[in-house]
Amino acid sequence: MGVQTMNNNKEVLLEVKNLKVEFGKKGKEFVAINDVSFNIYKGETFGLVGESGSGKTTIGRAIIRINPVAGGEIKYNGKTISGKIDNELDKEITKKIQMIFQDPMASLNERAKVDYIVSEGLYNLKNYGSEENRKKIVEQALLEVGLLPEFASRFPHEFSGGQRQRIGIARVLVMEPELVIADEPISALDVSIRAQVMNLLSDLQARKGLTYLFIAHDLSVVRFISDRIAVIHKGKIVELAESEKLFANPLHPYTKSLLSAIPTPNPRVERNKKIVIYDPCCHNYENDPPKWVEIEPEHFVLANESELESYRKEIDYKMTLVN
Amino acid sequence: MGHLTTEEILKSEVVLSVEDLVIKFNLRGKELTAIRGASLDLHKGESLAVVGESGSGKSVFTKSFMGLLDSNGRIENGTIMYKGENLAKFKTEDDWIKIRGKEIAMVFQDPMTSLNPLKIVGKQVQESIELHQNLKGEEAKKLAIEILADVGISEPERRYKQYPHEFSGGMRQRVVIAIAVACNPNILICDEPTTALDVTIQAQILQLLKNLQEKYNLTIIYITHDLGVVANVADRIAVMYAGDIIELGTAEEVFFDPKHPYTWALLSSLPQLGTKGEALYSIKGTPPNLFKEIVGDAFAPRNPKALKIDFVSRPPYFEVTPTHKARTWLLDPRAPKVDPPPMIFKMRDMGMNGGANNE
Repeated sequence: MGVQTMNNNKEVLLEVKNLKVEFGKKGKEFVAINDVSFNIYKGETFGLVGESGSGKTTIGRAIIRINPVAGGEIKYNGKTISGKIDNELDKEITKKIQMIFQDPMASLNERAKVDYIVSEGLYNLKNYGSEENRKKIVEQALLEVGLLPEFASRFPHEFSGGQRQRIGIARVLVMEPELVIADEPISALDVSIRAQVMNLLSDLQARKGLTYLFIAHDLSVVRFISDRIAVIHKGKIVELAESEKLFANPLHPYTKSLLSAIPTPNPRVERNKKIVIYDPCCHNYENDPPKWVEIEPEHFVLANESELESYRKEIDYKMTLVN
Repeated sequence: MGHLTTEEILKSEVVLSVEDLVIKFNLRGKELTAIRGASLDLHKGESLAVVGESGSGKSVFTKSFMGLLDSNGRIENGTIMYKGENLAKFKTEDDWIKIRGKEIAMVFQDPMTSLNPLKIVGKQVQESIELHQNLKGEEAKKLAIEILADVGISEPERRYKQYPHEFSGGMRQRVVIAIAVACNPNILICDEPTTALDVTIQAQILQLLKNLQEKYNLTIIYITHDLGVVANVADRIAVMYAGDIIELGTAEEVFFDPKHPYTWALLSSLPQLGTKGEALYSIKGTPPNLFKEIVGDAFAPRNPKALKIDFVSRPPYFEVTPTHKARTWLLDPRAPKVDPPPMIFKMRDMGMNGGANNE
């Protein structure tokens, strides 16, 4: 939160450069992520939005080294963490980068008690010292996410969806991470519970100085929580800007289409809304391939020369309206 | 866009009338009251949205109109009147066959699981035509292809012969809708029809449902927790909490002038109304345990401004306008004046300006 003001002294925590991820066998691979680049600054919430199958989760998984990288590189605090890395760095990354999953019904081990679920990361790294100390860490984490320490001896099925997601967050906190990848953390929750979990995430960020990569398909949620938003379409990021700038001044036709489709809780607006349909044929990339360009400060877009020209005109026009 | 006005809703006939419905389930030797005396009149040609959180009973309530309750559930009390018959009294499958599909049809949430993966799509549509419209063979096939075209599937002849796995999620949902429409029903129940879909596809499916409503003269019940969807499609909204309809009104009444504290809380917790950098409004606690008997207003324990009487006696419906009623003691003339939270006023201002929130 509030990163807009630190434009000048921001520190890059994670650097993704020309990332490429492929699935499938050699010779007939499917390119899930193609030439994606972005930076995440320390302390910010970086939103990644796209439709299902666009590759947003794949990017998250490539960062925490679940999906191998086929090209490009990922740097964390200046150190390369993609490809082959030594054991020590691997351990450090596992600790520093953690993930919150979408469905708290599926992501917790049904047969394990909360105590074990929350401590699993500690067991892996064996860095907790005494058993007593481990118990203390778990207790602290549960309190921090608004659960009672007694819950440690219960099983996941005894909890509601919102509580389960809190357990998922507690499990992340025991590792004392710096970067948390939240993959659709509230999509599976009810409206009233969503607000609770979103407040918890912002609260933890403020207290612990966490950096979030927030992956979601719901733009109204992403707008509320993110400092900057990247829009991804078919494995390519097509636009990246500060949240309010993206909403006020979208340039890429896909972003425009996505913004036009957001459901608004307002019958008068909804009934008159016009949906912009995105047709990839509107790009003429044959002779003039697109590039990833910073069109105005902190506003990136994927476009070719002729598109850039019209986008610049659009920005100038908007500027004259403002002045 | 074919939305009904308040007068049109009041004037049109009642097609389905639910009165004082009580549904109970036996679960692990205990009795759970899923629906606690809900009443509702459904008017011809309208789109009614039933809104509520998971566990509020919105699915159970509407499933009871089609006899689709799980075997451990039963209707304990109340009536469901449809064309002069009381559906609540139906016992056998033979009774229900007359209603299901032909009179009331359903579109399910997840198109990935509601189609038969081993059967070509066209046959699945044709099946419901043969069952409900007395057509056979080539004639039924012709109509099936026509309906596939109606729901926006291009090249219906070719697509007729394809299997569900050859369709995308949005296209599959179109097929599910085609199957429901092919029964030629009066009432269509859509249970979270767009929850499993992407936003851009979602908008297209909602538009399709609206077009079909006009073409086939359907009355549609939408079950959803997504208030954006509700704002898009609903003429009227029923808000459910803990097995009861706690507020009922036209879309504008419920969004811009809600009366029940739960409706206030639900709308206030939307991220669209939040201010960046500040905490979102959130409802404390969890919904009540339906295994226990609920005394008073079910929402009272989570309502910081609950009145004393909310814990003692269950509020009746108070009428706000002929189309708007709510179950809250706040509407009693003797109640103290309690203002809705500021977000509700913000919502009203946005609404009156016709969408200033998209600035």
